[in-house]
Amino acid sequence: MAPAVFLLLVWMLVPLCMTLWFSLRDYRPLRGGDLGFVGLENFVRFVSSSSFWPAVFTTMLIVGGVLLVSIIFGVLLAMLLDQPMWGQGVVRILVIAPFFVMPTVSALVWKNMFMDPTNGVFAHIWRAFGADPVVWLTDVPILSLIMIVSWQWLPFATLILLTAFQSLDSEQLEAAEMDGAGPLARFFFIALPHLSRAITIVILIQTIFLLAVFAEIFVTTGGAFGTRTLTYLIYQRVLESQNVGLGSAGGVYAIILANIVALFLMRIVGKNLDR
Amino acid sequence: MGRITLDKVRKAFGEVEVIPPLDLTIEDGEFVVFVGPSGCGKSTLLRLIAGLEDVSGGEIRIDGQDATMVPPAKRGLAMVFQSYALYPHMSVRKNIAFPLRMAGMDAAEQERRVKSAADVLNLTDYLDRRPGQLSGGQRQRVAIGRAIVREPAAFLFDEPLSNLDAALRVGMRLEISELHKRLNTTMIYVTHDQVEAMTMADKIVVLRAGHIEQVGSPLELYRTPRNLFVAGFIGSPKMNLIGGAVASAHDAATIGIRPEHIRVSDEAGDWTGTVGVSEHLGSDTFFHVNCEGIPDPLTVRVGGEVDLHYGDRIHLSPDPEHLHRFDAEGLRLP
Amino acid sequence: MARAVTTQRKALNTALAWLVGLVIFFPILWTILTSFKTEAEAIANPPIILFFDWTLENYGVVQERSNYVRFLWNSVIIAGGSTLLGILIAIPAAWSMAFVPSRRTKDILLWMLSTKMLPAVGVLYPIYLLCIQLGVLDNRIALVVILMLINLPIIVWMLYTYFKEIPGEILEAARMDGAGLKEELLYVLTPMAVPGIASTILLNFILAWNEAFWTLNLTSVDAAPLTAFIASYSSPEGLFFAKLSAASTMAIAPILILGWFSQKQLVRGLTFGAVK
Repeated sequence: MAPAVFLLLVWMLVPLCMTLWFSLRDYRPLRGGDLGFVGLENFVRFVSSSSFWPAVFTTMLIVGGVLLVSIIFGVLLAMLLDQPMWGQGVVRILVIAPFFVMPTVSALVWKNMFMDPTNGVFAHIWRAFGADPVVWLTDVPILSLIMIVSWQWLPFATLILLTAFQSLDSEQLEAAEMDGAGPLARFFFIALPHLSRAITIVILIQTIFLLAVFAEIFVTTGGAFGTRTLTYLIYQRVLESQNVGLGSAGGVYAIILANIVALFLMRIVGKNLDR
Repeated sequence: MGRITLDKVRKAFGEVEVIPPLDLTIEDGEFVVFVGPSGCGKSTLLRLIAGLEDVSGGEIRIDGQDATMVPPAKRGLAMVFQSYALYPHMSVRKNIAFPLRMAGMDAAEQERRVKSAADVLNLTDYLDRRPGQLSGGQRQRVAIGRAIVREPAAFLFDEPLSNLDAALRVGMRLEISELHKRLNTTMIYVTHDQVEAMTMADKIVVLRAGHIEQVGSPLELYRTPRNLFVAGFIGSPKMNLIGGAVASAHDAATIGIRPEHIRVSDEAGDWTGTVGVSEHLGSDTFFHVNCEGIPDPLTVRVGGEVDLHYGDRIHLSPDPEHLHRFDAEGLRLP
Repeated sequence: MARAVTTQRKALNTALAWLVGLVIFFPILWTILTSFKTEAEAIANPPIILFFDWTLENYGVVQERSNYVRFLWNSVIIAGGSTLLGILIAIPAAWSMAFVPSRRTKDILLWMLSTKMLPAVGVLYPIYLLCIQLGVLDNRIALVVILMLINLPIIVWMLYTYFKEIPGEILEAARMDGAGLKEELLYVLTPMAVPGIASTILLNFILAWNEAFWTLNLTSVDAAPLTAFIASYSSPEGLFFAKLSAASTMAIAPILILGWFSQKQLVRGLTFGAVK
């Protein structure tokens, strides 16, 4: 056990301490390097910069939007896939496939082959109905990103919810039916509460991954058109404008935010360990 | 040979002493059943004998040899686990042969022994299947097969029938008894089911909280339970235990009387009561009778066809020869 | 007891499910189809779905122009190397946690998971800087190590849950049957653990293959895997749909196939055993 623990400890602590250290200094490698200790100034400046609140807002929209889409459609899809049908295995594979597509590929395929205003599939569809094609990534950039990222994460939500559905005791449903519950009541009073744990897990895990969404923005808009999330903002500060001190302060914020979510996730996982 | 002696054997997990120092001798060829409620230490005791747990003190001797520190495989014992613990990735044949293979036996001899074990246990047709493809009863037999091929000094069974359904359980019970008669090898069998204990054992060891409450043949325990615990534990349905004034009348803190030792009369008797629920088993009928001055209903066994109905008033008298009397400590009075 | 369903109902379910499945799968299908078209057919209006002249030309062009094989090779080395290295480090760890648990085992497991939650962007610069200082920016070995560390918690965790499922009674039975530590490992534990190890390898290979933060930020030319290769198409080349599709298909095909084998493990691996 020791080597694994040691490696992870180093992997976690060294960069973490460096980030903390940089966040307290005015450090710009391209403009004079390390200009000394500035206390908490970076933390204040990161939050008070004009791009901070829009970035927070964008992050919330994307994370919230993708969660909403993947949970609602995930539940519906899981219910559908749980029904008896022919070729269930194949349908399952079709639905899960997007999860295995690397983020850069899915971003690029969506951006060019679907959302391109002249030759994209959507443009063809819009024109077929006599409408003007939408210029997706400039006109509704956040919606576009939500679509792309949802497509990637819907399979994950569906798969987990389907697993949860399959563990629902059918006798429970039959008991409810005998007790006079209609299909809707059965869904809301039996199935949904049964799914609540799985839904919580999906929300927590996806939130952690969605907060870190990077490649999709990098490939599609490069952070333009108001699609700069917190993660992307920090990336730009650190690597593009090389203001390491400021970016590191942002990094510390991101770590704190992720830890808050992780705390809830850990509690669920930890409880599960005891059983 | 398989004479097993426990000499002041004790077991503690950390601070908790689950088995206080305990002495017990198991004679060669005996079928001994450890019985008691869950958590009484019976499985731990078995595992101490097997060598799967280390004793915290005392000595275990097998055929006179000190085996306290001998590793499990070297003790010459074979064990059948509650979950059967079959190796899922091996065929039945390989499962049964595994201990022989570990002992470095040559292939021909392995094959011969597996064949004969399979014959005894009706497994010949299943030798090439995996455990996952077998029914519960068949898996049980494979586990037993794996034990017999080693020709051990003693067999250890850890609640082997608890994962089987009721009908299979009765069948396997007979098979194991039959096996014991045929092999004439020492068997130690752990169960919480007193019916299994009564039907199979030569000698029953009743355990509670790590203590031996009583050791004896099934009938000894049935006829002369040493204390209230054994009295209540052995026998089905349970012995009626009555305290209070009724017991004082017999100079005891508690008296006990088995359902079959109560006489029923519609004219006169020691106790008067009304008939409650009755259970007809065909050969026997058990009545639950609510008696005046006795808080709990008494269970009374009568013949198969008796004309008594719910609400009837009847009189009951205990058979004085079979009345058990216990003192305030719960110990049997002479 | 599952209740019998009328054929009609089943047909309806089937139709609906297939429809939804195909819609979700469509972007992938469309990419694969487009990769066999000529550039003109790829942007034809209205789009041609099946009846075009199937050609392999795009695959040839992509390989020729960008040396696809080198990127593929980098992906294989980075994903495979990090997975194998991770497995080697994780097996003893998971093993001891599952079979000789101590009071702190649970805390250690949870702490390991928590390192997985660390947002990469928070430590981007330190890692970047360390890579420069050590002269391993754009280096495959550095990426192997980094991706191994990123996925190590998941590997340990998955192996732990698999090992945990090997019942203790089996090990005791083996001891009673005379198996020593060596035989126990060789004949009982390893055969029972192999399926779990295999699925762990599979899932982590997929995760490492698709990782697109560190691979994009720490590589430029020499060590760039397929994620970075595809990202380079976001500039004008991306408008050549057929070639983009060919490149994309080649990047995702191996993993789609592996992915289909690992569906079940996916749930378990990504929820850290909280959903099975």
